[in-house]
Amino acid sequence: MTLTTEALDDTLPRVPWGEWFETGVTWLTEHGGFVFDGVTTAVEGVVDGLVDVLMLPPPLVLTAILALLALFLRGWKLAVFTLLGFGLIESIELWSDAMDSLALVLVAALVSVLLAIPIGIAAARNDTVSRIVRPVLDLMQTMPAFVYLIPAIFFFSVGVVPGVVATVIFSLPPGVRLTELGIRGVDREMVEAGEAFGATPRGILTGIQVPLAMPSIMAGVNQLIMLSLSMVVIAGMVGAGGLGGVVLDGINRVNIAKGFEGGTAVVVLAIFLDRITSALGDRSAVARATAKV
Amino acid sequence: MSLLRAESVTKVFGRKAAEADRKLKAGADAAEIRRLGVTPAVVDASFEVERGEIFVVMGLSGSGKSTLIRMLNGLLDVTSGRVLIDGQDIAALPRKALRAVRQEKVSMVFQHFALFPHRTVLANAAYGLEVRGVSKEERESKAREFLGLVGLEGWEDKLPGQLSGGMKQRVGLARALASGTDIILMDEAFSALDPLIRREVQDLLLDLQGRLGKTIVFITHDLNEAMRLGDRIAVMREGRIVQIGTAEEILTDPANDYVAQFVADVDRTRVLTAASVMEKPLVTVPANTGPRTALRTLRENQAAAAFVLERDRRLVGTVSAKVIADAVADGERPLAELVTQDVPPVPPETPVADLFARAAESDLPVPVTDKRGTLLGVIPRVTLLAALGAINTHVDEVIEATDPSPEAPVLVKEGSDVDD
Repeated sequence: MTLTTEALDDTLPRVPWGEWFETGVTWLTEHGGFVFDGVTTAVEGVVDGLVDVLMLPPPLVLTAILALLALFLRGWKLAVFTLLGFGLIESIELWSDAMDSLALVLVAALVSVLLAIPIGIAAARNDTVSRIVRPVLDLMQTMPAFVYLIPAIFFFSVGVVPGVVATVIFSLPPGVRLTELGIRGVDREMVEAGEAFGATPRGILTGIQVPLAMPSIMAGVNQLIMLSLSMVVIAGMVGAGGLGGVVLDGINRVNIAKGFEGGTAVVVLAIFLDRITSALGDRSAVARATAKV
Repeated sequence: MSLLRAESVTKVFGRKAAEADRKLKAGADAAEIRRLGVTPAVVDASFEVERGEIFVVMGLSGSGKSTLIRMLNGLLDVTSGRVLIDGQDIAALPRKALRAVRQEKVSMVFQHFALFPHRTVLANAAYGLEVRGVSKEERESKAREFLGLVGLEGWEDKLPGQLSGGMKQRVGLARALASGTDIILMDEAFSALDPLIRREVQDLLLDLQGRLGKTIVFITHDLNEAMRLGDRIAVMREGRIVQIGTAEEILTDPANDYVAQFVADVDRTRVLTAASVMEKPLVTVPANTGPRTALRTLRENQAAAAFVLERDRRLVGTVSAKVIADAVADGERPLAELVTQDVPPVPPETPVADLFARAAESDLPVPVTDKRGTLLGVIPRVTLLAALGAINTHVDEVIEATDPSPEAPVLVKEGSDVDD
């Protein structure tokens, strides 16, 4: 029995699947270096700039500003939470790490949104695009993050940039999917109404489809930001620092207290960003119009 | 020339649409077409809609009427055939020109209103003009005007979500009217409304139509609605138009079994008018006749009363045999003095339903006169009852008969006219 199985095993040659990928990565590093360098410079510049801005006011002043924002967009409960949460981050001396992570997440989320919405719209308007995009998104979502972290280090070396890139890859899919879903879900009659009165496809997109899909698109943006935050620790592994670095340090040294503190700071950021973005979603014209009914 | 014209318009859904279309033209049967894996939604539909007319397309769901209306403004492409708007074949137009046609010539009202929830009522009503590039000031004043016309003054700043169904469709109507197109397509526009509201907006539409004289194509599955609104009605079945005619033509002369079955449930008394059931008056006397002659005419016809007419057949009133007999006994008096106006005449377009009360009030037939007062005919009580009776027997016939009688249940009988 064993003999036959071995014989069978030999009949199927090994496909150099991983080697192909590696060859591709190597080729890209050699020939696309200038592109990656450009991306590195740009992303680093933006993240550093944002960190500088966030670190400009004293921590308690920024905390107060964020609390006011929470009060204005959401209500007093979130404002109180913001005061307590960000106060706690400052008190456990993680403020600068938290701002590093916040900057990274915001930049990654922004890049993600800027990519996700146009791709989602294209997928909603064209079935072929949709059929191509879907498996790519599946791949991005299910492929373990470490797998594309390695080539990312190849391309961008260690630091903030591979962290941002990995975060974008991981957080892009829900943004694309919910944008596509939202636009495809717009009542057929609404689109027909636009067509029947002679509106251009662009006019229908900007005047009818996007506004009507806005609640769904904003849900996608919200999900995208939450996934970005969940990547903070993994970004820490490639040297992006921030709260991810703190948590990793805690793990490496089996320092329960430090790990927990870093984790708590991530959760505070997550809750704040989630409530703020969902509040923004509720403020879209369509969401307000339907809420009044 | 008619404003809107469809020439053997055919729409087949599916990959082998063109092949199916050829086979349909060659006379292939339904089974053969189905084998191609296609759905023929509209087959060889031809009609013309005249300026200022309400043209109703009626059929059950799946009969292709929604597909048909969407080809009239190019929302769907025709598989074959032509749609002419103002003599222009819209299927042949490039996109940009087609958009111009939609902006300037054809607007649409939708079944589920299709109002934009994030725009105010005013901005919704102004949408057509906005797309056309009309300035904000001008389009808003136009929108306000038409919102007022549909009875929504004071609601301009509300959002559609705050309106009831009937009000939403008034906005839909205002949006179509404000865009200023001659043609308005209405796709099951009132079907989503409950019956009382539906009647209300039907009245509104008829009232507006009387004032604005638009050319309307109205899709419905409700026969009563079709009969109420339509100047002419096209009945569709399985993608084909089986009959085009006025409400009365379709009711009294259904083209086939299907149409007959369809119209069996209609409240005929609302559709049939005085003109379609009236008879020639049996006994009339000229106004200048002497009482004795008049009395003799009545007795010869064994009639208890008669209509008195001027020489140009204008109705003066009625006289009864008893009154004349008394007058003759008393002495010679001119007939004019004996005439009474006990039975007021009705115009020919009065629905039969409104005649029953009239007929019950008096023993005499109800006279039907035109605007000048000329006597067109009379409706005796017996005729009304016969009309009801005939309706019932007709319905029974339709249900049982496999081959419906092509003969219309026309209720006008030949009567003898004493005067002529």
